[in-house]
Amino acid sequence: MESIYLLIPVSVVLVFLIALVFWWSVRSGQFDDLEGPGFRILMDDDQLTPEIKPQEKTNSEKV
Amino acid sequence: MSVTKTTYNDKVVRQFAVMTVIWGIVGMLVGVIIAAQLVWPELNLGFLHFGRLRPLHTNAVIFAFGGCALFATSYWCVQRTCHTRLWGGPLVPFTFWGWQIVILLAAITLPLGITQSKEYAELEWPIDILITLVWVSYALVFFGTIAKRTVSHIYVANWFFGAFIIAVALLHLVNSAAVPVSLTKSYSVYSGVQDAMIQWWYGHNAVGFFLTAGFLGMMYYFVPKQAGRPVYSYRLSVVHFWALIFTYMWAGPHHLHYTALPDWTQSVGMVFSLILLAPSWGGMINGIMTLSGAWHKLRDDPILKFLITSLSFYGMSTFEGPMMAIKTVNALSHYTDWTVGHVHSGALGWVAMVSIGSIYYLLPKLFGKTEMYSTKLVTTHFWIATIGTVLYIASMWIAGVMQGLMWRAVNADGTLAYSFVESVKGSYPFWAIRWLGGVLFLSGMLIMAYNMFKTMAGGKTQDVTVNVPVAHHA
Repeated sequence: MESIYLLIPVSVVLVFLIALVFWWSVRSGQFDDLEGPGFRILMDDDQLTPEIKPQEKTNSEKV
Repeated sequence: MSVTKTTYNDKVVRQFAVMTVIWGIVGMLVGVIIAAQLVWPELNLGFLHFGRLRPLHTNAVIFAFGGCALFATSYWCVQRTCHTRLWGGPLVPFTFWGWQIVILLAAITLPLGITQSKEYAELEWPIDILITLVWVSYALVFFGTIAKRTVSHIYVANWFFGAFIIAVALLHLVNSAAVPVSLTKSYSVYSGVQDAMIQWWYGHNAVGFFLTAGFLGMMYYFVPKQAGRPVYSYRLSVVHFWALIFTYMWAGPHHLHYTALPDWTQSVGMVFSLILLAPSWGGMINGIMTLSGAWHKLRDDPILKFLITSLSFYGMSTFEGPMMAIKTVNALSHYTDWTVGHVHSGALGWVAMVSIGSIYYLLPKLFGKTEMYSTKLVTTHFWIATIGTVLYIASMWIAGVMQGLMWRAVNADGTLAYSFVESVKGSYPFWAIRWLGGVLFLSGMLIMAYNMFKTMAGGKTQDVTVNVPVAHHA
């Protein structure tokens, strides 16, 4: 099963990399607040209306 | 007012969203054709026979339809949740046009029989190289955008999208390693059972990361947005993510039960497949419970119907999958239509429905409208798609179990009770029902396309100013 000699090292390296990212994300405070981020995406305001001023509308119709 | 004037790059989202619908119709049409070819074999005309069209169907629905949906939703989500414009300049349109060229090349080469004969990785080496270039650009754009985010937190959906992008890159590079002998022919560097192991390590992780992690990212953004409520438990979503990516990689061998693969490798695959039930159901419950206390919204919002139904199918197929990975169950189900039914439970019920729901969410916003041209037609689409999916899955369950039982039935003297062709004959009515289910699902997509073009008509596409939050920093 030579293919295992490729796949197992790949998995081991991957697990270490994932662990590294996990460690970074915990240390950098990504998970300090596990309630707020869920609410925050609801305040993203991806509707067109309030952000755009009338003069900006005109130069953006080229798309 | 020091509000920056930069705008979100919605052009690329618009392009991918429209192509999602177009490629969905093409891919599902090919699916309906090959389903018809099984019922009416005389439809296998010339070189457009089942063997040539089947990989075209799988490539079109997974990589063209599913791929475009993932590009569109991930580009939208990462910009909105990172509060910044897509990074990457010319790389962004390159991901769109490059991906469309890959799809066109697939549509040309596969019917001509130019193939590496690796399931879900059939495309020959020059196309594989183009895929690599597009994918690296995609990764640069996505992670570049995350790097220049204006809020410190990276929303959970982006973690799923990011894992999907990295995993698919790795899978593609390892599995597609080949020695080219001409422009249209190459030989895999692996052979025999080694090749089988690599192939299904790729194949199942493609299911896990392309068709699951990416679409879970979609789910974690669009379900809360459409419901207008935060995800049921943000904490659980983070646990869900890390549990899924730490345990996913080794489920592949369950595709090779009772083959030349060593027994212990098969058992490892089975155990890891069973473990996967936990994170999968954690995510499914988290998504559905987002509506907890607001179930009435499901009554008259067809987009929410699509999203929540997709999660129900996700729950069903992620329960069925680990069960089918158990060796004794697999002894009955393997090589039968049960597997085909299981795949479509995930593909139609989960992947397609969550994509359709998300694209319906995006389309009006992308074309300066407040809602789709016709909400009634969205509802119609939902019911047609659901009935089509149920017909498809149920007919394949019955056909599959019947085939498995017929193949293993033996007479008292030890001879086989049925010849193979008897099981084929017995399957005909169920293949006809499956075809009908496919026709219904395809009709739903045609309704969607009509609704989409009507929504686009006369719509003003506006660049939306990036909304930089003032007090969001933790």
